Amino acid sequence: MSSFTIISRSSDSVDILELNGELDAHTASHLEDALKGLIDADRHKIVVNFSRLAYISSAGLGVFMAYIEDVRSLGGDIKLTNMSDKVYNVFDLLGFPTLYDILHTEEEAIVKFTS
Amino acid sequence: MATSTRHSITVSASTSQIADVRNFVAHHAETYGFSQEDVHDIKLAVDEAYTNVIKHAYNFDATKNVQVKILTKGNEFTISLADEGTAFDPSSYKEPDIPQRIMLRKRGGVGVYLIHKLMDRVEYRNDGVQNEILMSKKR
Repeated sequence: MSSFTIISRSSDSVDILELNGELDAHTASHLEDALKGLIDADRHKIVVNFSRLAYISSAGLGVFMAYIEDVRSLGGDIKLTNMSDKVYNVFDLLGFPTLYDILHTEEEAIVKFTS
Repeated sequence: MATSTRHSITVSASTSQIADVRNFVAHHAETYGFSQEDVHDIKLAVDEAYTNVIKHAYNFDATKNVQVKILTKGNEFTISLADEGTAFDPSSYKEPDIPQRIMLRKRGGVGVYLIHKLMDRVEYRNDGVQNEILMSKKR
């Protein structure tokens, strides 16, 4: 079975979700719950760190498609960081680099939110 | 003349089986000699096709089955997924407008697009009972 966990951290006003494992149609609801939880708690500056994510399918990308507009309309953003080439290529195939703020490191994303 | 080989598994139409299906296909793709990048592309294409069967052919009815077959012939590696649910009509398919889907907060709807991007050849068959998608990549 696909294994997937999320470690949640925060740095002042910024929330970081660190993804581990495989994000597919079986595990995407877990990420969706975590994002919804932040939005419901009025936390809109969200960094998703992909450094430990080994795999993503379109079901995983779909979660970002469903929530980015809501978060941006509330003045926040979902910034995506630390992707492996394999994971980045899936985002790239769908043209996401022009639609999402994809950064090399979590620190860059936090600076962009706080500066 | 090139010889052909076959491997197959039958799995229930459940998202809990996606990792097993991916691993089955990846194992045979590696053995066939594909690069790690190609193995990843094949795994993702099969994941997308299998997820579509679960969602659209069987509407999440996990009592239904999906047969996954691998056929290699010459330098071509083909994965077939067969179901007996609601058929996909390839003629109704349009390339997704992703920025618009995001504006409308619509998730997904990009699986078929990915499959076509990742594989060299995609074919759909329907005999009135069984639907089959065949996805091929050359070594």
